[in-house]
Amino acid sequence: MSRLRIDQAVIAQLVDEKSRVLDLGCGDGLLLEYLFQHKQVRGFGVEISHEGVHACIARGLPVYHGDIDQGLSDHQDDSFDYVILSLTLQAVRRPEFVLGEMLRVGKRIIVSFPNFGHWRIRAYLALRGRAPRTRLLPNFWYDTPNAHLCTILDFQDLCNKMKIRILRQIPLAAEGGLPKGLIRGGVSKWLVPLSAANLLAPVAVFLLERGTP
Amino acid sequence: MTHQDDDYTANRVTRTMETTTDTTLQSVGVVQTQFVELFTAEHRLPLDCGATLGPVQVAYETYGTLNPEANNAVLLCHALSGTAHAAGRHDPNDPKTTGWWDLYVGPGKPFDTNRFFVICSNNLGGCDGTTGPSSIDPGTEQPYGLTFPMITIGDMARLQKALVDHLGIRRLLAVAGGSMGGMLALQWALDYPNQLEAAIVTASTPRLSAQNIAFNAVARQAIMADPHFNGGNYYGKESPRKGLALARMMAHITYLSEKGLHDKFGRRLQDRERLSFGFENDFAVESYLHYQGSSFVKKFDANTYLYITKAMDYFDPFPDARTTAERLASVTARILVMSFDTDWRFDTSRSKELVKILNWHAKRVTFEEFPSPHGHDAFLLYQPLYQQSLASFLDRLYRECVHITADAPVEMDEGVDHIV
Repeated sequence: MSRLRIDQAVIAQLVDEKSRVLDLGCGDGLLLEYLFQHKQVRGFGVEISHEGVHACIARGLPVYHGDIDQGLSDHQDDSFDYVILSLTLQAVRRPEFVLGEMLRVGKRIIVSFPNFGHWRIRAYLALRGRAPRTRLLPNFWYDTPNAHLCTILDFQDLCNKMKIRILRQIPLAAEGGLPKGLIRGGVSKWLVPLSAANLLAPVAVFLLERGTP
Repeated sequence: MTHQDDDYTANRVTRTMETTTDTTLQSVGVVQTQFVELFTAEHRLPLDCGATLGPVQVAYETYGTLNPEANNAVLLCHALSGTAHAAGRHDPNDPKTTGWWDLYVGPGKPFDTNRFFVICSNNLGGCDGTTGPSSIDPGTEQPYGLTFPMITIGDMARLQKALVDHLGIRRLLAVAGGSMGGMLALQWALDYPNQLEAAIVTASTPRLSAQNIAFNAVARQAIMADPHFNGGNYYGKESPRKGLALARMMAHITYLSEKGLHDKFGRRLQDRERLSFGFENDFAVESYLHYQGSSFVKKFDANTYLYITKAMDYFDPFPDARTTAERLASVTARILVMSFDTDWRFDTSRSKELVKILNWHAKRVTFEEFPSPHGHDAFLLYQPLYQQSLASFLDRLYRECVHITADAPVEMDEGVDHIV
């Protein structure tokens, strides 16, 4: 049995049933398969690696082998209900361009990213004096694909600049797998108060649409 | 584009198969081509040009077994110079009689004959047993030659459809092909939307570019300029061998990549130590092309070359936005489009052009580009990533439509399902 990452589980809950979905950087297609199974969505994934594309084909998911930095010119304006970018924003070369393209082809977009303002990352740099490496960002500075790391506040600034309307922002208290102890503590354990999010949330999920914030 | 009659490729394929150590991959064995008359002088095949044709005979081969539900059939479409002989051997002791897609068709291979009933027929206008310009015109009792009507990719698909009906199959699991075979697979998805589950379009294009048409035009001129061409009426006499060989030599260059050709031959000299300072075959690549040309003319009819290249030139299912929307409205097949990075005959941008048209109309399409040193010919040769994706796609079709197997559900942990 396969389980979604926490940010994928949150994203899945934001997607309406029977909607048309584009999942950028869909990896092995697990989130998309969940959405096909449980939300009866249509749509497909975009993935740059052969491993990912192959996994999607084996799951029976439509997938496009390509680079999202090349843009989404294959698609008409507003042709998807949701365009998803999960834990991929930090690895694209042109985040502003990619977000702009997502907003063009999608009525709503959902973005999750690692929060570079998390206290653990700040402490890593302050105490060790070296570029932070975490479970979510495990690479060394010289071999990382993650060229554009931002904090939650940075991301809000970019939304302001691009006149993107923030419909939901969901800072999460965990980054990846789901430690059982925390779940028993109840749902609130998974959420971080917005006021302290930039310090306490290792990951955040944003639901966005075009418009003035 | 297929070279089952070709020593060089036969050697290359044999070598590749030897390095594939998986013993579950087997040949379909010794096979025979079958023949059936699907249209008669009275019941004629209608053609896009307005004419009709009859009688029409089709040469075809099948591998595997049609199940009682008749829902496991896969149609393979050959390219320009291919035949009905896709897999197995006609002579068990002669590797040169191996089918053109044998690497991918057989027990345990992507087109797994333990699961699928695989059909391949010689295209309309061909010269390997299906009615074409070298067939006898019952009106004159002479070969048609250039009186054969002009045919299209749509006409070829219509004849394939008649064969599929004849075999008692209402709906195909997949139609697959490379190069012109990919055009046929696409044509099926457009013309018979309710009669196939999937189309597999490899190393192909939604239309020929000016450069593609130009290459075809020069090939036709080479044939028609041959002194033995005689207006296409050369049957029983000296045939336009030199013109056809020249057409094949030029086309063959476009099937290989520059790097592939250079890696294979470089500037190596042929059977000599130094340059001849004359017009003999100094270089190995010259000798190779001559071999390609001369072996091709033994098996192929010059008039068929003219007709089939013209049919490719005419292929253009999406000439404008309105036509495209109309043609795609009823298309329900899932479509797998694959390309190779060194193919310059129909390069990746041509596949992407097709994918863009399909995506623009929200069709269910998967696209993947593979690395290969082999240029356009790559779709016939062994490439592990290509083989895996093709096998997975077909396996998925089998498990969704033939032997239905439920997927393990993807789940989310308890407690997180009410966060939002």
